[in-house]
Amino acid sequence: MKRRSPVFLARRAYRLRRLRDAARLLPLVGMFFFLLPILWAPGATDRRDTAIDGIYLFVIWGLLIAIAALLARPLGTGEEPEAGEGQERDDSDIPPGGPR
Amino acid sequence: MPFNLLVLACLTYVAFLFLIAFVAERRALSGGRRWLGSPLVYTLSLSIYCTAWTFYGAVGYAARSGLEFVTIYLGPTLVFVGWWWVLRKLVRIGRQQRVTSIADMISSRYGKSSGLGVIVTLICVVAATPYIALQLQSVTLSFGVFAAAGTYGWALPDTNSTALWVAGGLALFTILFGTRNLDANEQHTGVVIAIAVEAVVKLVALIAVGIFVVWVVADGPGDIVARINDSRIADWDLVPSRWAGLIALSAAAVITLPRMFQVLVVECGDDRNLGTASWAFPLYLAGMSIFVVPIAVVGLKVMPEGANPDLFVLTLPLSQGQGGLAMLAFLGGFSSATSMVIVASIALATMVSNHVVMPLWLRLRPARAVSGDVRRLVLNARRFSIAGVLGLGYLYYSLSGGSAALAAIGLISFAGVAQMLPAMLGGIFWRGATRVGAGIGLVTGFAVWAYTLFLPSFGPGGVFPLEVFTIGPFGLGWLRPQALFGVEGMDPLIHALFWSLTCNTACFALGSLLSFPSPVERVQGLAFVNVFDTERAEPRAWEVGRVEPEELLKLAQRILGDELALAFFETAAQAQGTGGYLPDPTPEFLDALERKLAGAVGAAAAHAMIAELAGRARVTVADLIRVADETAQIMEYSSTLESQREELERTARQLREANEKLTQLSIQKDAFLSQISHELRTPMTSIRAFSEILMEGDVPPEMAAQQARIIHDEAIRLTRLLDDLLNLSVLENGTVQLDLRLANLNELIDKALRAAGQTRPERVFVVHRDLPSEALFLRTDPDRLAQVFINLISNSRKYCDAARPELKINVKQRGARVIVDFIDNGSGIPKDKQQIIFEKFTRLTDSARAGGAGLGLAICREIMANLGGTIAYLPAQGGAAFRVTLPLRLEKHPFADAA
Repeated sequence: MKRRSPVFLARRAYRLRRLRDAARLLPLVGMFFFLLPILWAPGATDRRDTAIDGIYLFVIWGLLIAIAALLARPLGTGEEPEAGEGQERDDSDIPPGGPR
Repeated sequence: MPFNLLVLACLTYVAFLFLIAFVAERRALSGGRRWLGSPLVYTLSLSIYCTAWTFYGAVGYAARSGLEFVTIYLGPTLVFVGWWWVLRKLVRIGRQQRVTSIADMISSRYGKSSGLGVIVTLICVVAATPYIALQLQSVTLSFGVFAAAGTYGWALPDTNSTALWVAGGLALFTILFGTRNLDANEQHTGVVIAIAVEAVVKLVALIAVGIFVVWVVADGPGDIVARINDSRIADWDLVPSRWAGLIALSAAAVITLPRMFQVLVVECGDDRNLGTASWAFPLYLAGMSIFVVPIAVVGLKVMPEGANPDLFVLTLPLSQGQGGLAMLAFLGGFSSATSMVIVASIALATMVSNHVVMPLWLRLRPARAVSGDVRRLVLNARRFSIAGVLGLGYLYYSLSGGSAALAAIGLISFAGVAQMLPAMLGGIFWRGATRVGAGIGLVTGFAVWAYTLFLPSFGPGGVFPLEVFTIGPFGLGWLRPQALFGVEGMDPLIHALFWSLTCNTACFALGSLLSFPSPVERVQGLAFVNVFDTERAEPRAWEVGRVEPEELLKLAQRILGDELALAFFETAAQAQGTGGYLPDPTPEFLDALERKLAGAVGAAAAHAMIAELAGRARVTVADLIRVADETAQIMEYSSTLESQREELERTARQLREANEKLTQLSIQKDAFLSQISHELRTPMTSIRAFSEILMEGDVPPEMAAQQARIIHDEAIRLTRLLDDLLNLSVLENGTVQLDLRLANLNELIDKALRAAGQTRPERVFVVHRDLPSEALFLRTDPDRLAQVFINLISNSRKYCDAARPELKINVKQRGARVIVDFIDNGSGIPKDKQQIIFEKFTRLTDSARAGGAGLGLAICREIMANLGGTIAYLPAQGGAAFRVTLPLRLEKHPFADAA
């Protein structure tokens, strides 16, 4: 069965722009998770969970690094010509990678 | 471990670094830059963020304040992961504007203001001095650990002298590799590679100690988790303001610390490296901090009560009898300290020389003309600054006595440099930011920082007496340094950070809103803020046609060095379609030259220097339109007209020049024809007269012989003249037969000097040569080449008008080409004549009838063309100067393909 292919031009350029949005969002996400301990740690709990807190921080850290590494290559330097800067229409229901 | 062995290991390690830096510089020179500029090296060089304060101090920090130490790494992680926001823009601006330091960047953004450059330089020096002292202290302390633990009972005689030795050694290394060259962009390959190696050493060392602690001393990760929750570290309290404030502070510091800016922006050879560093540098930071808490916990347990947790990295392996591991840790700490000091002093020295010494020199120097060797001045200024910066660090260390107060100085220093953040971010994101705003903001922020944090850090009674802390200066309670405006109970660091940045930002914003920027500022603002959108939003700030290119070349040679300047001018001339070494001083060219110079001496100084030669800097209508992006079509149209008119004027000037040249040539040709008829006629007349006498018969034999000799001599003169003409036409047609063989350049020059000695043999000529550089074997036609040399040397002997004539012969090899320069100390060839000396029948002085018919240089030019080379006049060398360029190995006749 043929999938419905929405009218959409310059798919790659569109993906690239969203990728840049992701790159811009990433530090904000990181900041949120790094500041999160403020909400629970000083809550005067008597539990001695410093090790768990540390592990939490390093896990977030590792995830940030991994996502940044995944984003870095396709992002390039932002200097590459955006192949076919086309109109953006109907961008609501395109799955990542989209039908080709 | 014997102390002597430790010193030996240290020296070996330093020698190894020297070697690496040296090899890297060599490789960079021979073009092998590829792996040198790789993302890996770039990322590793960024690791100078982790100083000895991090290497040793993080464990101590964790032992005292639990997980808070990690904030120092979380800030940079966020900045790097979010490289798309700020770093990418910074690096791009840095490359486009050839930024040499953070002071240069801020000064350049705000209208190339030298005042701002001085302020930023001052802030950086004040903030960095204690930090350098801290590094010296850490090295001294770690030496002390080994001395105390030494089985030989060897005690360190004097910590001060150790620090002095370390500072001296570092100064030497930095001066050797940091001020070797003054090339564009201030990149120091050798230093960067050495830093990268040190980065690996410190990471490996810390991880090795970590693995030892987790799997040898403790029983693996599970045990460590249990130990952490049992230890007193688990009692730490997260202070929300400190947690958030320190993350923000370290994020600010990672882009404003002069040394970070140096490796991040100035030494960045390729934009793409940043993409890799965006995840690899946070990874490095995570690697540096993952074992910090385990080491602290185990250290607290194993080491005796009262042991300094700052030195656990070193003392823990020592206490377990692991001398080798301790040595590795020691080298790691040593690496952290040295790499930070080296880069920081290079960055600071660049700022001091470009923003303090150069402007002062430009202002104080008596003559208007740029005189003296600026290159040497800049390099020496830089060398003295490096020594000065390290000297200040040492002085601070010995005055503060290496007290525990130093441990807090890292964060104080961070807060100091963070004062540059508003001006920097405002500069790259807000076009309305002005010089006045930036200046007021910086000064205010710096003052508040000094008052609330830096000066109080010397403790009550240090700089401020105790009363100032408790009741305020002059009894003004709201001015207490640690409770400004009555805000009490805040952590002193956060208090200072909050007030200094708040006042700084407020003054910056208000100053910018209320002041009005100069045109150059507005143009630079646009170039910075829209660095990605505009192709080249550079100010074309120069009036055309006022400046002599030769003057510019002189200036450029003094700053960039002869070779680089000549190459730059030659490329520019070729790009403009004119030959030789002197391009038209178009706005584009002046602009390119300014940025090239800015790479060496900073934007403000370069701007001032060119302004001195080129006259008033001007912002064109086109630039202003770009700035005021209200699209005023009509103005744009008129500006287009104006630029077209300028273009026309330039073309017309070139045409006029061409016409002049033609007219001159035609006049010369006429002159030559009458000259040559005269030359032909004179011998002809005497030949005719004497042959008539001989024909009459009754001449005594000895008279007949004499007359026959005269006839013969005159005939030879005629033949020589005709030979020359014939020679020239053969050369021009390219039908000449070349006799290609190997020849020693040294012998060729010897031969030419001997042969040319017959010209005006009464003159005493001093010839300067560099024999080793002449030891080259060329494959060429040696006789023809010698002819060229003889001609140039005889010309010099004939025309050099100096009282004590000198001739300098320089030989250089550039890849597969050889360059031979002949430079004398006469008055040279006037600019209007430089164009035509290689034309046929050209003689500059009618009076000096020194033989020849004005064919010598024309023949030289044709010979060089046949030998696959060139001959050109080199302007601005302090005399007549000719450059002969030819291939090292001429394989076949250069015209063979065309024939």
